[in-house]
Amino acid sequence: MHADLLLAAWTLAKILAISVPLIIAVAMYSYWERKVIGWMHVRMGPNKIGPWGLLQAFADVFKLLFKEIVVPANADKPLFYLAPVLAVAPAFAAWAVIPFDQGVVLANLNVGLLYLLAMTSMGVYGIILAGWASNSRYALLGAMRSAAQVVSYEIAMGMALVCVLVLAGSLNLTDIVNAQAGGKGLLDWFWLPLLPVFVIYFVAGVAETNRAPFDVAEGESEIVAGFHVEYSGSAFAVFFLAEYANMILISFLASVMFLGGWLSPFPASWGLIGQGSWIWLFAKAFAFAFMYLWFRATFPRYRYDQIMRLGWKVFIPITIVWVLVAGCMKYFGWITAGA
Amino acid sequence: MTFQLLCFYAFAAVTTLAALGVITLRNSVHAVLCLVLTFFSTAAIWLLAEAEFLAVALVVVYVGAVMVLFLFVVMMLDIKQEPLREGFIRYLPVGIAVAAVMLAEMLALIGVRAMAQVPAPANPAGDSNIAWLGETLFTRFLLPFEIAALILTVGIIAAVALTLRRREGVRHQDPARQVAVDPRTRVRVVKMAAERGQEPAA
Repeated sequence: MHADLLLAAWTLAKILAISVPLIIAVAMYSYWERKVIGWMHVRMGPNKIGPWGLLQAFADVFKLLFKEIVVPANADKPLFYLAPVLAVAPAFAAWAVIPFDQGVVLANLNVGLLYLLAMTSMGVYGIILAGWASNSRYALLGAMRSAAQVVSYEIAMGMALVCVLVLAGSLNLTDIVNAQAGGKGLLDWFWLPLLPVFVIYFVAGVAETNRAPFDVAEGESEIVAGFHVEYSGSAFAVFFLAEYANMILISFLASVMFLGGWLSPFPASWGLIGQGSWIWLFAKAFAFAFMYLWFRATFPRYRYDQIMRLGWKVFIPITIVWVLVAGCMKYFGWITAGA
Repeated sequence: MTFQLLCFYAFAAVTTLAALGVITLRNSVHAVLCLVLTFFSTAAIWLLAEAEFLAVALVVVYVGAVMVLFLFVVMMLDIKQEPLREGFIRYLPVGIAVAAVMLAEMLALIGVRAMAQVPAPANPAGDSNIAWLGETLFTRFLLPFEIAALILTVGIIAAVALTLRRREGVRHQDPARQVAVDPRTRVRVVKMAAERGQEPAA
């Protein structure tokens, strides 16, 4: 019993070691987003609070925390409060299986990939319930759009991950990263044999997190703010937290699945620069996270039917074909996991 | 009592309470959410029994997909609460009969298993049963697996065929044609001399 309690305490410490930096990363990411989009618009972005506006995100967080949560009339109160929790819980739980470095992972699950799929598919409950419990038409419309979109793009995402697991021969994320190791550095990673799927995975990830140009669920110009239109104060902050944690999660996942996780892009024979390190993983994830912001400042919003067409008629067929291609690569030995 | 056993009792209690909630709650959306919780805590119990694949598949398939659609349907239906309670007494005997039969079947199953004294099969894969499961599914049980896949595919096609209705006079967009449009056929650029403003009267 004592050993069990010790283990539980140790696990709790590890969970805190992941989730506290994650919350801070979300705060800094929102600052970085406003700054980057500002630069792309030839504006300054936030620059008043703290040096270079660095404390802007924290000022916003405290402002939201001290604001009142207004519950709409005739709203389903328990579900109204439950919805943000249901949105944020899977966004954090999925981090349990992300390997940051060789052996640095909270839970080295053998079903890690499936666990990720399970957790990301749970996130949609928060959105649906928020839309329904708010007792507002805009919120319900946003929730319906969002749920249909998330459910559609999940299929493309899942099929893309099937390609990865065919090549890696494992559902364990650490094994998937190790399967991308080899003498040739970045040419050994899965992005090369799975190039179309890699692109689809990240685009589907953008759609799955309801970000621009797939942000019809929020659609400020049509349905105000979609599913969280009735939320204010800390409840809104929790939705915000879930969305940004999911964006960072997708960035890390794309790095782990297709860009070799913590592996170095340079050949192992190049000395220190060729060694794997968590720094590489963070740099890759940062690049993807930056692309999220770049997309938002660049692309106009897709129309709803275009989103559905892209998901069902373009992405899913390509991924299904590529599962076959990946199977052939594996069967004929063109790709050998782990070299 | 070990920590695992404690976890099991906790999850089992949650499962039972949630299952009770499904059939007692008046609000149908709440009942569906209770069903989701039932599935989820059942998956947790399966995880404790080291059936990781089954547990995660339950969450992916039922919690992540089936129940989402279910929730949608229930939200859209707007079921009135009074009519639901009307036939309660009338259908009670049927319900009790079904419950009794199910209970008897379950007890019989547990009794048969206990009498047969089947030893728990050794885990053939060591600590990871997912690799073993995948391999067995695609070698020993390939035919049943493919038949199941075929039946599901047929089911999907049947569902699409049942709901697909062709309507006359529907205008479709063809993105390929939209992209191929030549702007010169759509827009006429008219050149004209700039308007001269009227001089204000002196």
